[in-house]
Amino acid sequence: MAEVVTLNTRSATAGTATKLAAGPRGKKPRPMLSPRNIMIYGALLFAAAYYLLPLYVMVVTSLKGMPEIRLGNIFSPPVEITFEPWAKAWASACTGLNCDGLSRGFWNSVRITIPSTIVSIAIASINGYALANWRFKGADLFFTILIVGAFIPYQVMIYPIVIVLREMGLYGSLTGLIIVHTIFGMPILTLLFRNYFTSLPEELFKAARVDGAGFWTIYFKIMLPMSLPIFVVAMILQVTGIWNDFLFGVVFTRPEYYPMTVQLNNIVNSVQGVKEYNVNMAATILTGAVPLIVYFVSGRLFVRGIAAGAVKG
Amino acid sequence: MTGQVNTGRPNQLLRNLHSKIASIPMILTAVVIFLGGTLWTVFYSFTNSKLLPRLSFVGLDQYERLWAAPRWLISIQNLAIYGVFSLIFSLVIGFLLAALMDQKIRFENTFRTIFLYPFALSFIVTGLVWQWILNPEFGIQSVVRSLGWTTFSFDPLYTPSIVIYGILIAALWQGTGLVMCLMLAGLRGIDEDIWKAARVDGIPMWKTYLFIIIPMMRAVFITTLVIIASGIVRVYDLVVAQTSGGPGISSEVPAKYVYDYMFQAQNLGQGFAASTMMLITVAIIIVPWAYLEFGGRKRG
Amino acid sequence: MKLRLLAAALAATVVLPLGIANAADLEVTHWWTSGGEAAAVAELAKAFDATGNKWVDGAIAGSGGTARPIMVSRITGGDPMGATQFNHGRQAEELVQAGLMRDLTDVATKEHWKDIIKPSSLLDSCTIDGKIYCAPVNIHSWQWLWLSNAAFKTAGVEVPKNWDEFVASAPALEKAGIVPLAVGGQPWQSAGAFDVLMVAIAGKDTFNKVFGDKDEAVAAGPEIAKVFKAADDARKMSKGSNVQDWNQATNLVITGKAGGQIMGDWAQGEFQLAGQKAGTDYTCLPGLGVNEIISTGGDAFYFPLLKDEEKSKAQEVLASTLLNPKTQVAFNLKKGSLPVRGDVDLAAANDCMKKGLEILAKGNVIQGTDQLLSADSQKQKEDLFSEFFASSMTPEDAQKRFAEIIASAD
Repeated sequence: MAEVVTLNTRSATAGTATKLAAGPRGKKPRPMLSPRNIMIYGALLFAAAYYLLPLYVMVVTSLKGMPEIRLGNIFSPPVEITFEPWAKAWASACTGLNCDGLSRGFWNSVRITIPSTIVSIAIASINGYALANWRFKGADLFFTILIVGAFIPYQVMIYPIVIVLREMGLYGSLTGLIIVHTIFGMPILTLLFRNYFTSLPEELFKAARVDGAGFWTIYFKIMLPMSLPIFVVAMILQVTGIWNDFLFGVVFTRPEYYPMTVQLNNIVNSVQGVKEYNVNMAATILTGAVPLIVYFVSGRLFVRGIAAGAVKG
Repeated sequence: MTGQVNTGRPNQLLRNLHSKIASIPMILTAVVIFLGGTLWTVFYSFTNSKLLPRLSFVGLDQYERLWAAPRWLISIQNLAIYGVFSLIFSLVIGFLLAALMDQKIRFENTFRTIFLYPFALSFIVTGLVWQWILNPEFGIQSVVRSLGWTTFSFDPLYTPSIVIYGILIAALWQGTGLVMCLMLAGLRGIDEDIWKAARVDGIPMWKTYLFIIIPMMRAVFITTLVIIASGIVRVYDLVVAQTSGGPGISSEVPAKYVYDYMFQAQNLGQGFAASTMMLITVAIIIVPWAYLEFGGRKRG
Repeated sequence: MKLRLLAAALAATVVLPLGIANAADLEVTHWWTSGGEAAAVAELAKAFDATGNKWVDGAIAGSGGTARPIMVSRITGGDPMGATQFNHGRQAEELVQAGLMRDLTDVATKEHWKDIIKPSSLLDSCTIDGKIYCAPVNIHSWQWLWLSNAAFKTAGVEVPKNWDEFVASAPALEKAGIVPLAVGGQPWQSAGAFDVLMVAIAGKDTFNKVFGDKDEAVAAGPEIAKVFKAADDARKMSKGSNVQDWNQATNLVITGKAGGQIMGDWAQGEFQLAGQKAGTDYTCLPGLGVNEIISTGGDAFYFPLLKDEEKSKAQEVLASTLLNPKTQVAFNLKKGSLPVRGDVDLAAANDCMKKGLEILAKGNVIQGTDQLLSADSQKQKEDLFSEFFASSMTPEDAQKRFAEIIASAD
């Protein structure tokens, strides 16, 4: 950071230059139809089309009936809008004998996601705090192992974890699954929190130390209140990851806890006669709805949080 | 902010005690799960364990078989292609989008949401949708053909030689939004005065980005790299959802080899040998870098 | 387990009252999720529920490849289900050896399984060290060619009576825009199709030498070279069948978009569900119309060792329910498979099933490859054949690799 700071101060003294539109911050832009703007918006719109195309296909398809799907192309809007696929995906699609669609797994997903998110974030934030402010001998070694752990394919770890959980008597329980999510969320989250806490002004921490505050006091009284943005980022990452998880949910629990993605997989993969693309798409959107809503609501905080956490290191 | 907050107490163990206690979950995860699990895996890769682990050693047999298996070789090759392109495109597209978004544009929120929303969807979903869009009978190919261009051919998922690029298209769709956000955050973290200074000095914009801004975004790039690279090594769900490794075995990836041989073929030894090879590769690349980056050195 | 049980919409829906005294809920895992399969499972559930217990359905879609790891993890992780489907054969061998599965010998002796289960090889596959560990529920044979009568009518050729005629009719089908042979992308389909070709073209003895004795020389020899030649034909004929799942491929035949499919008799369930009639809408050729031999693999239920005594009792009840003559008839009619007991009346069976029963009665049977080969060897075969069918690998190269797999097979 040292060189950045000097650069900052140096450039600040030269900071009398007039603002140009190319700068990253400042006043509202000038007229819309400049060549530069056309290029920028053109590029953005093109990219947006690529990102939106699948969503469009999903929505449109989910509103069509099967005969129409068989006839037409996937991009044409529905001639006759039907919500039946949605109802079916939610409440009556079958896998095996269970014909209650996604609804069966929704609450399970909630029951898994909420505690898993809370526990994993709590632990990772304390890890990050310890690594940033209270480094002890060997801490870096453990952290390095953790980061390398982020690269291990989940599938490889299934067996050892089954054994560990079995020995702890937690296999098949919700607690076991929460532990698994905490473990696999830890590398990236710890990295984010560590970077964030490192970026907070050192003086704060030192002043608290002088006042005699200890590890936990500083964490709860000083660090925590300042860390909303990074908690939002962590929450978004975890909610997305855990909500969308299929493998752990199905391997480490029993059917009464199966998350929604298990039903999604079942609906998508159990073909009864013809593939019901409309139901598949509706199921897809329904399953993705929770993380999507989280994104729409907290997207702005997301960038701000990352800006606060990942940038400075 | 350094770790040297404690003034030299006599007992080394008690030093920083609370921090150590608080780090127990991390230490346990690192040592028991990641390190222990890895060593356990490596250990059993020298056995002929089938469905259940058992201690009957066969030396390097599993490895010999692994490197003779065409499917493993194809998996490695696919991962290399996928990895290189995924890394380059994720970074380039992510950065370009972020740079565009950072031009004080209107509707920034809308654009950001559009770019980011695919990340909220699972790979099962991503695979399914793209499988459909790329399906020659319903998707892009048939639509373009119906518009009159009847010889148009775009059928990556059923063409063995290019199927991995079909998967790449879906992967980029899903992942670049997050990269864009990370980059955008990085750009926002840069002091505006730097731009001004660059402008005063008459440095062109692209040069400013390339030689001043990007080097300053080192931390963002590192976080992003960890996220992208770990995703690449672990790629599995997307392939399963989109092609199941097909046509034939032309879109197989190492993680899928590991999983299939561990559980479908019920040959743990073989699966562990494959995962050991993955771990070794990762370790060779990552460990020196991670240690330099996160350990040893004091932060400035 | 508070999950409500609903019978599949396609079967007669019966929701039974909950909690009859000293009955138990038994979770049963399986991967039967296609239309015909689900209807068949519903029959099993209905019969089990009628005993006062409760079938808690644990279907996991995506065929055995997805479901088996989950089942095995559950059992080894110490939180087993009440009963689980496996393919008949060697898939559960090690779980039994590790003492995780339940010995059913008592039930089997009491109900004389040894006398009623035909062919006896089915029970042999369940027997390890003289004890019986599984209850076979059906016989599935792989050796069938399903043909769409409509497709051949469109192409203006006779419905073939054997494999050679079928190969000869391929150009006509292609000209009419019909894919001659539907082969789904799942690896087990191409591997299975090859095994079928082997029985039809090289005969029963060669089949047994290759897969039973693991005779490498035979696998590399001229008989098998002929089989690879036929597989090469099959590969050419399957170009353009861009589907993944087996029942999507079957659906191509049902709708006349494909001429035929080499698939086990479980495909029958799909034809039935689509309201098609054997003989008029579709034609089935056992042994590809060349060598009328069928394999007798199938599905079996295994019962993990449970601590709960009531559940253990319920396991016994389920085991005996599965082999009950009435259940056997109801289940197998829906599933399109053959019953495991020779003494049940299958008058309601359609033409194709009757053909199968006849062949079975004649004793023209072989063991299934699942029974003869380990899962590991099967997987290697799958890798080879899925690559072969999707690439331009020469039959000679493929045969060389095939012989290598056989040489190291166990």
